[in-house]
Amino acid sequence: MTNILEVKDLELSFHTFAGEVKAIRGVNFDLQKGETLAIVGESGSGKSVTTKSIMRLLPESSAEYKNGEILFEGRDLTKISEKDMQKIRGKDISMIFQDPMTSLNPTMTIGRQIMEPILKHQKLNKSAARKKTIELLNLVGIPNAENRYKMYPHQFSGGQRQRIVIAIALACNPKVLIADEPTTALDVTIQAQILELMKDIQKKTDTSIIFITHDLGVVANVADRVAVMYGGRIVEIGTVDEIFYNPQHPYTWGLLSSMPSMDLEDQKLYAIPGTPPDLLNPPKGDAFALRSEYAMKIDMERQPPFFKVSDTHYAATWLLHSQAPQVEPPALIIERMKTFKGSRYYVEQTGGTV
Amino acid sequence: MVKYIGKRIVYMFITLFLIATASFFLMQTLPGSPIASYNKLNDTQKAIVEKKYGIDKPKPVQYAIYMKNLAKGDLGTSFVFKGKSVNDLLATRLKPSLILGAQAMVFGTIVGILLGMLAALKHNTFWDYGSTFFAILGISIPSFVFASLLQYWIASEWHLLPVGLWNDGWKSSVLPSLALAMGPLALSARFIRTEMIEVLNSDYIMLAKAKGANGFEIAFKHAFRNALIPLITVLGPLAAGLVTGSLVVEQIFAIPGIGEQFVSSIMTNDHATIMGTTLLFSAFLIAVIFIVDILYGVIDPRIRVSGGKG
Ligand SMILES: Nc1ncnc2c1ncn2[C@@H]1O[C@H](COP(=O)(O)OP(=O)(O)O)[C@@H](O)[C@H]1O
Ligand code: SF4
Ligand SMILES: [Mg+2]
Repeated sequence: MTNILEVKDLELSFHTFAGEVKAIRGVNFDLQKGETLAIVGESGSGKSVTTKSIMRLLPESSAEYKNGEILFEGRDLTKISEKDMQKIRGKDISMIFQDPMTSLNPTMTIGRQIMEPILKHQKLNKSAARKKTIELLNLVGIPNAENRYKMYPHQFSGGQRQRIVIAIALACNPKVLIADEPTTALDVTIQAQILELMKDIQKKTDTSIIFITHDLGVVANVADRVAVMYGGRIVEIGTVDEIFYNPQHPYTWGLLSSMPSMDLEDQKLYAIPGTPPDLLNPPKGDAFALRSEYAMKIDMERQPPFFKVSDTHYAATWLLHSQAPQVEPPALIIERMKTFKGSRYYVEQTGGTV
Repeated sequence: MVKYIGKRIVYMFITLFLIATASFFLMQTLPGSPIASYNKLNDTQKAIVEKKYGIDKPKPVQYAIYMKNLAKGDLGTSFVFKGKSVNDLLATRLKPSLILGAQAMVFGTIVGILLGMLAALKHNTFWDYGSTFFAILGISIPSFVFASLLQYWIASEWHLLPVGLWNDGWKSSVLPSLALAMGPLALSARFIRTEMIEVLNSDYIMLAKAKGANGFEIAFKHAFRNALIPLITVLGPLAAGLVTGSLVVEQIFAIPGIGEQFVSSIMTNDHATIMGTTLLFSAFLIAVIFIVDILYGVIDPRIRVSGGKG
C-alpha cells in the first residue's frame, strides 16, 4: 500500500482576540491509496480544522501552521505557494462540506459551478466540459441532467444539492476526497442515500476518502480505518474492526458507549461526562484526564505517547503503559471485545452470532 | 413576466394619480397666493387674473380640470413665467438635471462599489480604514457642503473648472455631479464592504476556493454578484437622495435645472409649476423603483418571477 497523504506532527493555532487557540496539537496519520479513513470525535475536537489545514482553507490572517508537515505525493503542502496550492485544490484534493444549503453559490447555475473546476484544471473546451458535467450529474443521480444543469441551487432539494456538491468534488477525478460531515445536515433517509452514493463512487474510482463524522454509526458503514480525535489530537487509530471491537482508549470507549444500538433499545444512552478541553489553555497532561474515570496521577502531568496495539492499531493512553494497572472497560465494551480475536476478553464463538 | 410588468405599470399609474390628488389638495393649504403683488390689485383686476388662470372656479372643479389635463399630459400654465406652459418650462430644464443625476448616480455607485470591494478584500488594512473613513465623510457631510468646497477650491481658487452656470459643455457638469455623487458613493461603498465581507465568509466561497479558484475569480465571479443584491435595495432611496440633493446643488452652481426651478417656484407660490415638478419627481422615483425590482430578478435568480425566463 502506498501513502497518498501523510500528516506528520501537525500543530496549528488560531490567533484570536482571546489569545492563541491551539486547535491542532500534534496530529499524525496517513492515508492510503483507495482507502476510506474516518475521523470521528465530538464537535470542537478539530476534525474540520485538520482537513481544512490540508486544503489550506483556513483564514490566513489568523491560522498559523506551527509545526509538522502535510505530505501529498511527497510535497509538503504547508510549504508550497498559494498558486501551486490552487492547482491542487479541486483537482488532486477536493472537499465536500457539511451544509448543502449554503455550500452552493445561489446566483450561479449548478452547471457552471460543476464546470468551473473542469475548465480550470482539465483545460477542456466548453462543449466537452458541458458533456462531462452532464455525465457527472448522472453519476451522482440527478435525473434529467440535460435540462437541469441550467438551474440554480434553490431549485433543488437538500439531498440533491449535496449530490451536486459531490459532483463538483468529483469533477476532476481527485486523488483525495475530503467529506466533512457530508450527511449531518440531511435527514435520515437522505443520509443513507448519500452514503450509498459515496460508497458507490469509492468502488468506481480509486479515490482515497477522508470521511469526517461525529456519528460512529456512519463509520462502520463506510470506513476502512478510523481515527478518533479529541482535543486537537488523534487519540486512537486503527481498522474499523479494531476500533469497534478492540478499542483501547477510554475516550473511544465513551464514544462507543454513547452510540445508539439496535438491539439494546431500552438501554439509556450514555453520554461522556464533562466538556471538551479549552484549547486556549490546553491542560498540561492528557486532555481527557478530567473527564476520564480511569485517570491516574501521571495523566495530569504528561501527555501519553502512542502505544502500539497492533501494526495497524495505535492508542495514546497511559493505560497501555507496561506499569499501568489493569482496568476493566465498561461492560458494553467488554461485550464487544469478546468477539475480537486478540483482545484479552476474547471468547471462542460457537454460534455464528456477532 | 409580461403579465407581471403590465400589472406593475397599472400600479405605477395609480400611485401617480394618488400623488397628484394629494399634492393638489395639499397645495391649496399653502398660505399666500400664486399671483405676485396680489394685494396691490383691485377686485376687478383680481377677478380677471383669477379667471385667466381658472382659479375662480370651486376647488373640486379646478381639480377635475387639472386631472383631465394631466391625463392628456398637460401640466397647466405657470402663474409666474408669463403664461408659459409648465410642460415647456420643465422640458427646457430637464436636460441639465438628468445629466447631473445620471452622472452622479453612475459615477457614485461604480466608484463606491470599487471602494467597497477594495475595503472588503483588504479587510482590516490601511485600504479598509482609508475607504471607510472616506465613506463616513461622504455619508455625514451634506452635498451642499461638498458643492461649496468644490466650487471654492477647484473653481474659484484654482480655476480648473467653471464656478457655475450651464454654458461650458461637459465642464459645467463636473463639479455639481461630483458634489451629488458623494452620497451614493459613500453609501454604496459601505453597503458593498459589509456585504462583501459577509459573502467572503460564506460556505460557497469556501467551496469555490476548494475548487481551486484564485483571488480574482473568488472576488468577481463568485462574491461580487451576491454582494450586489442588498445594494439594489438602496438604489431607490439613493435616487430620491439625488433628487433632493439636486435642489440645493443646482442652486449653488446656478444650474438651470429642475431642482433650481422647483425651489424658485416654491418661493413664488407658482402652484402649477410646483405640481408639475412634484409629479415629475414622483414619476422618476416610481420608475426607479420599478427598474430596481426588475434588476433584482436579473441579479438574484431566487426572486425571479415565476414563468420568467432568463
Ligand atoms: N477560524 C477559527 N478561529 C478560531 N478558532 C477556531 C477557528 N476555527 C475553528 N476554531 C476552533 O478550533 C477547534 C476545532 O474546531 P473544528 O475543527 O471546527 O471542530 P470539529 O471537530 O467540530 O470539526 C474549536 O475549538 C474551534 O473553536
Ligand atoms: S492517558 Fe490517562 S487520562 Fe488520558 S485517557 Fe488514558 S487513562 Fe485517561
Ligand atoms: Mg466540523
